[in-house]
Parts: sequence; structure tokens; C-alpha cells
Amino acid sequence: MKQEKNKSFIDKIWNFFASVRFAVLIFTLIAATSVVGTVLEQRAEQAKNIQVLSRIFGESAAPGLYTFFNALGFMDMYRSWWFLALLVLFAVNLIVCSLDRLPRIWSLATEPISPLPEETIKKFLIHKEFTIKGSMDSLRDLVLKAAKGIGFSCSVREEEKGLQFLAQKGNYSRLGVYLTHFSILIILAGALVGGEFGFKGFMEVGEGTVSNTAFGGGKELNLDFYVRCDNFDVEFYGMSDMPKEYRSWLTVIKNGKEVMKKSITVNDPLTYEGITFYQSSYGLIPNSLGNGIFIFSVVSKDGKSSVLNLRMGDSFQIPGTNVTGKIQNFSPALRIMNGQPFTYADMMNNPAVFIDFTEAGKHLFSGWIFKRNPETWQLPDGNRVEFDNYWGVEYTGLQVRKDPGVWVVYLGCILMSIGLFIAFFMSHQKLWVKLVQEKSGARIIIGANTNKNRGALERKIEKLASVLNSRQGGDK
Amino acid sequence: MESSLFFGISTMAYITAMMLYITYLAFKKAPIGMVATTVTIVGWVSQTIAILLRWHEFADLSGMGILRSVPLTNLYESMSFFVWCLILGYLVIEFRFKNRSFGAFITPIAGLVLAFIDLTGVSKEIQPLVPALKSNWLLAHVTMSFISYAAFALSFGTGLMYLIMTSEKKTEPSYLFWTFILGIFAILIVTMGIDFLTFKVKVRPEEFIKSYLFKTSFMSPSSGIRILSWVASLAVLAIVWQYGYILRRILEKFSVTPNMLDEITYRSIAVGFPIFTLGGLIFGAIWADQAWGVYWSWDPKETWSLITWFIYAFYLHGRMMRGWKGKKVAIVAVIGFTAVIFTYLGVNLLLSGLHSYGSQ
Ligand code: HEM
Repeated sequence: MKQEKNKSFIDKIWNFFASVRFAVLIFTLIAATSVVGTVLEQRAEQAKNIQVLSRIFGESAAPGLYTFFNALGFMDMYRSWWFLALLVLFAVNLIVCSLDRLPRIWSLATEPISPLPEETIKKFLIHKEFTIKGSMDSLRDLVLKAAKGIGFSCSVREEEKGLQFLAQKGNYSRLGVYLTHFSILIILAGALVGGEFGFKGFMEVGEGTVSNTAFGGGKELNLDFYVRCDNFDVEFYGMSDMPKEYRSWLTVIKNGKEVMKKSITVNDPLTYEGITFYQSSYGLIPNSLGNGIFIFSVVSKDGKSSVLNLRMGDSFQIPGTNVTGKIQNFSPALRIMNGQPFTYADMMNNPAVFIDFTEAGKHLFSGWIFKRNPETWQLPDGNRVEFDNYWGVEYTGLQVRKDPGVWVVYLGCILMSIGLFIAFFMSHQKLWVKLVQEKSGARIIIGANTNKNRGALERKIEKLASVLNSRQGGDK
Repeated sequence: MESSLFFGISTMAYITAMMLYITYLAFKKAPIGMVATTVTIVGWVSQTIAILLRWHEFADLSGMGILRSVPLTNLYESMSFFVWCLILGYLVIEFRFKNRSFGAFITPIAGLVLAFIDLTGVSKEIQPLVPALKSNWLLAHVTMSFISYAAFALSFGTGLMYLIMTSEKKTEPSYLFWTFILGIFAILIVTMGIDFLTFKVKVRPEEFIKSYLFKTSFMSPSSGIRILSWVASLAVLAIVWQYGYILRRILEKFSVTPNMLDEITYRSIAVGFPIFTLGGLIFGAIWADQAWGVYWSWDPKETWSLITWFIYAFYLHGRMMRGWKGKKVAIVAVIGFTAVIFTYLGVNLLLSGLHSYGSQ
């Protein structure tokens, strides 16, 4: 007696967790609380959210409301215990709901189709009845072929007064919904794996330097290899200051050996041993602006060339000539307006170098050479100084991520796509065709049934009926 | 820049079509309906030409090849694409169901979007892509998102019509709900229409850059006009509530049945939901993962997409619950599309305003 009562209580809980009503409740709770999380800025400074609240509710209410929402964890709500609990309930709901229904759906999907009496076939929403001439044998082939024409391969049963053709297709499409639900669990599992065993951090690597340490979430991750930044560069659209591409040339060094080289851009990261490096920011190494290395390709007018690495104040000779250049000035972002040069930004938007040229002690000419403007590389005497790079002054900011769960998440996404496609665009269709022998032919009764998208099946059955009718005319 | 000529033609055509469809609904004269359909088709064809031309212009300008130059990189282009999908979807439904009464509920959505583009001074220039946007995932993400938004917009229109046809009593929640939504819709159309006219007549070109939305009503510099706008809005809501039942009688004359509306609403969502899931959520996540190494970061835009997704999941499952099929889930479908709008506009216009330090 007592046991039975217990069981019914457990049943009640089970049914509650298996219900769509509960699912819809969870959807509502997750959606509604998420709204609050988009209004209050997450993990922001206190002052910021007090300001947000005072814009909505007024100055006087804001501090009190802040304390209230803060106590409930809304300032970092997607990580709060109650939001995670909602997600867990969501998952439990999905699992229980699937376990609850799967046996029935499984049998619906695997059950073989069985012959039906005439009255039942006529009760289907999609049905047809007409007479048709011909011998039973020729009709048998005709129906099989016509059914094939609309995509059904029938099995045939002999009956007292004739034949019955049976076919079903798409029976496993009934499982599409379960695949969709299951994929959600996979995605949640992948996110969990990422959260438990993954790492998210940031590292800055200056041009020509190496690093093996990333910082994130108050933690420090030491990699067992080094990343070297060989170069960093911003490419711009035309002569504008609109960035087109940020690019870092990286080398991975393990046990003193270079094991990988790749240039990364914003949408094209580097992955080594499960750790991925994303181009995320850049900047100037402090106090380095005057100490970089100028890389010039110097070409004399008769084609002799050499590549030079120079510093501020250095002199160099153009190969095969007596022309000497001396680097006198540098600007990271130079613009010339009304003949007046001035530096318009402190980032390396438009690097320019001022060089003074002499020949045997006599001053020849001097001027600004721009990295981004090849026209300025050409000297009046036919020699050329190509300004390739100003190196060693910028660092690249790399987002560093290790997430062993990401493939699980992707797998879940693929399953979800397949599941949704099946759930919405495929259906379980069944077809019955009964031939009842008569004097010079047969009466034919067609019935069909589907779990969704009846219109499509209706059109197929129309086609089947018209094929049977027209063929019969041709036979006469 | 021939593309802007064709865009202009299509905008004019859609706004004319909207007025024609509403007239048709009111007077049920077949020729008006035919003209409305023709004008809509003309608008759609010239918009198609405009989009192709712009695509070509962009490819020439950026030199990035045809695939990378799909004109879907900014607010203006994406909204325009949304309207294109919406009108296409609408035309399909009109031909499938041989019924023009839907036009009066769906073309105004297109009209509102187009007016919004003009009034907010959304930049129509072709702009080069910033590095983060150079991704094929992003392209698939944006294209599919807007196709699904258009499908959701259709379900919004038919869901609203369903509520109009099935709410009998003026005190019913569903009647209150639909008159409220339709009232807001009407207020937006009228205020944006007024904005549009005054803005075309008197604004100097340099002011184009600044948003002109609601500057002649709710955000007018004169407090008198502001108060008047709010009072007028309340009046509109009251009038729609008072006389809304007339719409039901009108729709009944057009042999639309609630069943048919429910069917179209479900079908639109059944198309929109998988496309939104794959394009909107999954491709968006893959892109974020490739660009920044986080597939989900709970930023407001992502979160609002997820909220939208849950609302439509609610709709799909709600249909299976006893006592929910019909009016209640139609309300959910209508709310779903308001969430879509908020995801796309509200997050940028309202939330970023709230979050910005020191503005106002
Ligand atoms: C956000 C998460 C979910 C998504 C995206 C989702 C998706 C779907 C889809 C696409 C369908 C098919 C609907 C149709 O054909 O109209 C479906 C059906 C269903 N869902 Fe979900 N679902 C979710 C969560 C849940 C949960 C938590 C439950 C738990 C009770 C649940 C229970 C069901 C049931 C019972 C069906 C009907 C199955 C059938 O027809 O045999 N779903 N779901």
C-alpha cells in the first residue's frame, strides 16, 4: 500500500519533468532572466550599472535596486548558481522527456506496416477509389511501377478477393526531434567540458620577442612552448586610415626548435597542441618608438641592391655609389599639410622617415620617405630607398584559448542542424493500395497517411491516381 | 551609383503598394488588388536589380571577388535584403493562397523598415570591411539570419490576423493584445510618416547624418508637441481598441479562415526556425569562435538571439499543449517577432545607449 503511494509520487515527479508544460516554463524563465542580464551590464564596474539603473528608474531608486540585483547575482548572472540551476533543470527536462517518449516513438518508427481492411483505408483523410481495367497480373505490375514513380516501394499481399500493396517511408524521420533534443545536451556537455578543462587568456608579444605565459581569469597559464612574434603589421585601405587587415607573423618554438610558422589575421588563427592564438589587439611597446630598426631595401639606379637594418642616426651608402644617407627623424604617423609635416597619431598609421643625402660631404637633398607611399621611395637622382618596415616597436595582442570542449559543441551543432532538418522537412508517410478483383478488372482503393505536411502527400497521391487512370486508358 | 535609382523606385513602389493593399482591404475592389500586386512585383524586380548592381559596384570597389562582396555588410544593406525576402515570401503566399488580404498586414512592415532607413540616416554608402567582418561565416550568418527574420515577419502578420479573426470580446486578453500591437504599429507608421514628410521638405543636407526618427513627435524639441504626441498615441490605442472588431468583419469577407492563418503562421516559423538556428545562432557562434576564440560570450546581441530562439521554441512546443493551440500560441508568435526587432534594433539603439558612459 505504502509502496504504491510512493510510486505514484515518483510518477508524478517524473511526469512533471517529462511534460512540455515544464519545458515551456523553463524556456520562459531562461528568456526572462536573460533579458535582465542584457540590461545590466555583466561584470562591469559598480558605477556603470548604478548609472544604468538610474536612467531607467531614477537617481533615488538606483542604489537600492543595485544592492537588490547584486544580492541576486544579476551582475554576473550567466555564471550565477541559479542560472546554472535553470540550465541543469532544462537538461533534466530534456532527458526525462526523451526517455519518457522514446519507447513509443521507437516502436512507431520501427513497426512494419500491416494490411488494413477496406473500411479503414477509406477513413484516411487522403483516400481515393475508382475502377480500373486489366488482368490482375498486369495491374500488379502497374501499381508497383506507379508507386515507385512517387517514391514508394511496396510489398504485396495476396488477399481473398485481390491484392494489397503496402509501403512506408521516412519512418526514422520521427527520430529527428529526438536528435534535436539530444544535440542540445551535447552542446551543454561541450560547454561544460570547456569550462572545466579549458582556459581563456591573453598574451602580448613584442616584435622579435618570445612569450610562453598567458593571463586570464586571475590565472596564469604557462605553455610548454614559446610563441615568437616575427612581425606585426596593419594593412590599410588605399591611403586612408581604415584598417583592412591586422597580421602577425608567429613562430612556435618548442625545446629550442622552430616547430611551426604562420601569419595570422583576425579570422584566421593559429593552433598548436590544442591551444589557439587569435589576433586580438596590438599596440606600441612602451618607450620603444625611438629605438626600432629601420628595414630598407636600397636599390641603385643601375640595379644593385641590398637590404639594410638601421637605427635612428645611422648612415648608409647606396651600393655602387658614393651617395650616403643619414636617418635624421622619424614619425609613426606623418601627414604633410600645406607643406608642413606633422605627426597626427601616436600609433604606426603612416610611418615616415626623414633622410638626409650627401655625396662626398656635399649636401644633395633630404626629405620624408613614407612606408605606405612607394612614390616617395624614388630619389631625384634615380636611386631608390624602399621603406619596408620599422621593426621592434609594436606588440601583438593574442587571445589564447584552450577549449577541449569546442569540438563537442560543434558536433552538437551539426547534430542539431540535421535533427531540425529532419524534424521540419521530412515526414513519415504510409501508403495502402487495395485491389479488389471485379469482372473485367478491379476496384482500386488508395489510402495514405503522414505525420506532417499532408499537402505534399496529397499531391503525390493525386499523381499516383492519375498515372493509374491514364495507363489504363492506354492499355485498352 | 545606378543602384540607388532602382532602390528609390522599389521604395516608392512598396510604399504605394502598402497604401493600395490597405485601400483594397477597406473597399474590396478587385482592380485595386491587382494594381497592388503589380506594383509590388515591379518594386521587387527593381530591388533585385538594385541589389545586383550594388553587388557589382562593391566587387569593383573592394577588389575582393564576387563572393566576398555580397552587399550585406551594414545595417542599410541588411535591412534592404530583409525587405526583399519579406516581399518575396509575401508574393509566394499571395499566389499560393490566392488571397490579397494579407498584403495590408505585411507590406506595412516593409514600409516601416524603409522609412526607418531613411529617417535614421543609416549610411547608404558602400563601406570597406573592417578586418573582423572579413569572414565567409559572417556572410552565411547574416544572409540566413535575414531570411529567417523575413519568415518570422510573415508569421507575425498572419499571427496578428489570426488574433483579429478569433478574438470575439473586447475584454478578452487576446483582443487587448492585438489591438495594442496593431495600435503601436499604426502609431509608428503615422509618426514616421510625419517625420518623413517634414524631413524631406525642410531639412538641410548636413542634418541627414543625424537621426531624425521621432523628431517631429515624441522627441520634438517642443514639450507641447511631445505631450500632444503621447496623448494622440493613447487616443489611437483607444480607437483601435474601440473599433478593432470591424477588421474581423472585413477579413471574414475575404474568405480567410483562422485555420489557414494558423497554418501559414506555423509554416513560416517551421521554415524560419531551422534557418535561424543554423544561420543565426550556429554560424554566428562559429564566426565568433574563429575571430575571437569564444563561441558564446553572452553579449547582449547574442543573448537576445537566444531569447528569440526560446520564444519560438515556446511557440513550437506550445502548439502541443492542451488549451494552448490557437490564440495563445499566436500571441507567442507575435511576441517572437517583436523580440526579433529588438535583437536587431533595440540592442543597438537602446541598450548601447544605456550602457554608454556619460552620454545624454
Ligand atoms: C530549446 C530547446 C528545444 C528545442 C530547440 C526543441 C526543438 C523541438 C522541435 C524543433 C520540435 C518539433 C516541433 C514540430 O515539429 O513542430 C520539438 C518537439 C518536441 N519537443 Fe522539443 N525542443 C527543445 C526543448 C524541449 C524540452 C526541454 C522538452 C521537454 C519536455 C521538449 C519536448 C518536446 C516534445 C515532447 C516534442 C514533440 C515530439 C513529437 O512530436 O514526438 N523539447 N522540439
